[in-house]
Amino acid sequence: MIIEQITTQWEHIALWGLVATVAMTAVLQGSQSMGLTRLSLPFLLGTAFTGVRSRASVAGFLAYMLGGWLFAGLYYAIMFNLGILAWWMGAVIGGVHALFLLVAVLPVLPYAHPRIANEYEGPGQMRRLEPPGFMGLNYGHRTPLTTLAGHLLYGAILGTTYGLVQAG
Amino acid sequence: MFSALLDQQKGGRFSITAAEPAAAATRRYIGDTNVLETTYRGPAGTLRVTDFMPVLAGPGWEDTLQAQRELVRIVECTEGEFEAEVVFAPRPDFARIDARIRNRGALGWACAFSNHQLVLHTDARLALNDDADTLCGRMRLTAGDRRYFSLTYVQHDIATIPPLGEAADRRLESTLRWWEEWTRHCTYEGPYRDSVVRSLLALKLMTFQLSGAVVAAPTASLPEDIGGIRNWDYRYCWLRDAALTFSAFADLGYAAEGDAFIGWLLHATRMTLPELQVLYDVYGGVRVPEEELDHLEGYRGSRPVRIGNEACSQLQLDTYGALILAVHNYALRGGTLEAADARMLRRMGDYVCRHWRNADKGIWELRGEARHNTHSKLMCWVALDCLLSLAEEGRLRVPRQRFEAQRKALAEAIETQGFDEEKGTYTGAFDMDYVEAGLLLLSIYGFVDTLNPRMTETCYRIDRELGANGLIYRHEQGKDGLPPGEGAFVICSFWMVEHLAVMGEEAQAVERFEHLLGLANDVGLLAEEADPEDGSALGNFPQAYSHVGLIRAAVTIEEMRKRRREREAPLDER
Repeated sequence: MIIEQITTQWEHIALWGLVATVAMTAVLQGSQSMGLTRLSLPFLLGTAFTGVRSRASVAGFLAYMLGGWLFAGLYYAIMFNLGILAWWMGAVIGGVHALFLLVAVLPVLPYAHPRIANEYEGPGQMRRLEPPGFMGLNYGHRTPLTTLAGHLLYGAILGTTYGLVQAG
Repeated sequence: MFSALLDQQKGGRFSITAAEPAAAATRRYIGDTNVLETTYRGPAGTLRVTDFMPVLAGPGWEDTLQAQRELVRIVECTEGEFEAEVVFAPRPDFARIDARIRNRGALGWACAFSNHQLVLHTDARLALNDDADTLCGRMRLTAGDRRYFSLTYVQHDIATIPPLGEAADRRLESTLRWWEEWTRHCTYEGPYRDSVVRSLLALKLMTFQLSGAVVAAPTASLPEDIGGIRNWDYRYCWLRDAALTFSAFADLGYAAEGDAFIGWLLHATRMTLPELQVLYDVYGGVRVPEEELDHLEGYRGSRPVRIGNEACSQLQLDTYGALILAVHNYALRGGTLEAADARMLRRMGDYVCRHWRNADKGIWELRGEARHNTHSKLMCWVALDCLLSLAEEGRLRVPRQRFEAQRKALAEAIETQGFDEEKGTYTGAFDMDYVEAGLLLLSIYGFVDTLNPRMTETCYRIDRELGANGLIYRHEQGKDGLPPGEGAFVICSFWMVEHLAVMGEEAQAVERFEHLLGLANDVGLLAEEADPEDGSALGNFPQAYSHVGLIRAAVTIEEMRKRRREREAPLDER
């Protein structure tokens, strides 16, 4: 049922997933440029594939956009399943998503990512990137807030637009 | 971050020194590179500290994540045993930010503030003080022992922490190779090659890699007068230095550096067209407000400590000529001028035509009343002359008649109002009777021949009135409205050497040149000024302009020698 619904709504999911991902990226990268955090999720993603900075940035950005689309489908599935397609529900899911990223994904990243060093073994020939630490705090004490803000916006945009699509 | 020079107590430091006070230190750069080696010799052994900023280029480094900025320090006991002391005390923003150091386990020590972060990664055992702002340690090493320190800095980005040990040794090898390869291209062949190459290496270190900008000096507020108030911030790029800096690189075969510098000039100045600022920051930024740091005691008590530079808001007409001359030389060496560049140059020419009759603050940035400085008028003449020359070469279009008329008017003004008939010399400002060292550029920039009696007499008068022990002051003491006490200007002294060489006084030129070389510190670097009495360095250090002067003087001496040898050679050998 959910898969069928996603299949029929894929154009909306693709369009608004792109818009929400662009908005979230603007918040996250803008926070980095404004000096609020040193975290760059696209860069972290890209360095999983290559050690060349320029290539890592481009590859990471593409992977990040793709991830944004996939999560747009997942958000739709959750909201549809709960029967609440509204901005606030999108924001709630975004908040849970951000928390999961901050407290579960980022701390274990050094053990899964080929280029992130860890505090026990130190840097190596390949593992040289500073690890994010709990809630990404190694990248600045405002990192949890900027990450949360980006995901809240992402979820709110999806919740709003999915609700409008359903109503229309 | 580290400003102990400006305040021994409050300023930060990262020092690795001999714990034994009896140890004597010597320093050298390894070959023709910017890798510094300091050797401490104590009663029981010898310690070597090798400092470098890695340059990782070529095969094997492509897939390696490099740090945004890294300083590597390798400490090795080469003989006997030796106790070394380490102090790491970062004090960001000239000790205005309290930053705490945190232990990151095997990743070293991190010091974060705002969106900046320093990471000190080391295999030496260090201890954090109670305030968590200083790391200290003593290490007793025996022959063959090595300790590594990798200090990285990052802004806006995720830090990269390079490994130590053999990996750091590989970075050293790569860096040595890169510098040796770079200096091999130097085209100067003459007796002063070591000094010329060292000057080039110093200029390269003062070049901001990301933009091509060359800073005047990497320091702020080192005094021109010990204990005095002449303490300025030189960590910016002065347009006035453009033409000579470009030629220093380009004349010695470093076209890429010269081209990058011109690229930065054309890019940075676009922001303020048609007006030019006196100085820009390395990104081309124009806001560098001056402030006094009252909490710092200053170098040997020289206060106030200033950062930023108020000169940026002055009107200095000479900047137009300096920039246009640099671009002119670049274009004649085959550089590309885009249509937008050509339009920009023409607008500058228009500006010069409209404003050259205004008074300005002149080359020495005198903070008092504006004057009709002869040097500024010279540079306006240079600007129009170069634009007309480029137009003749078909590189841009200018209103020829107007520019020619203004150039002629400028030349007449300099030859009449800027010339003292009674003394037979040019003067520092129109209708004044003093001389200043900037007049030496009249012939260097081609306005008048060095052998013209007007110029030779000016040169001798400058030497008489502004010379002291083979050095030249830029102007008479107190002319800038500040208390007397500044040192002689190193680049002006090199300009005098150039004149003496061209005037055929080779022996004297060589003697003075070698005297000036003797003013360099133990590793061949020159300050902005020197005390003529004891030769001690004054002002910011090292000074790019002084090294530009050294290069030009060495090249001129060699050219004059070559010409003399050709003249003296029998006809059949010519």
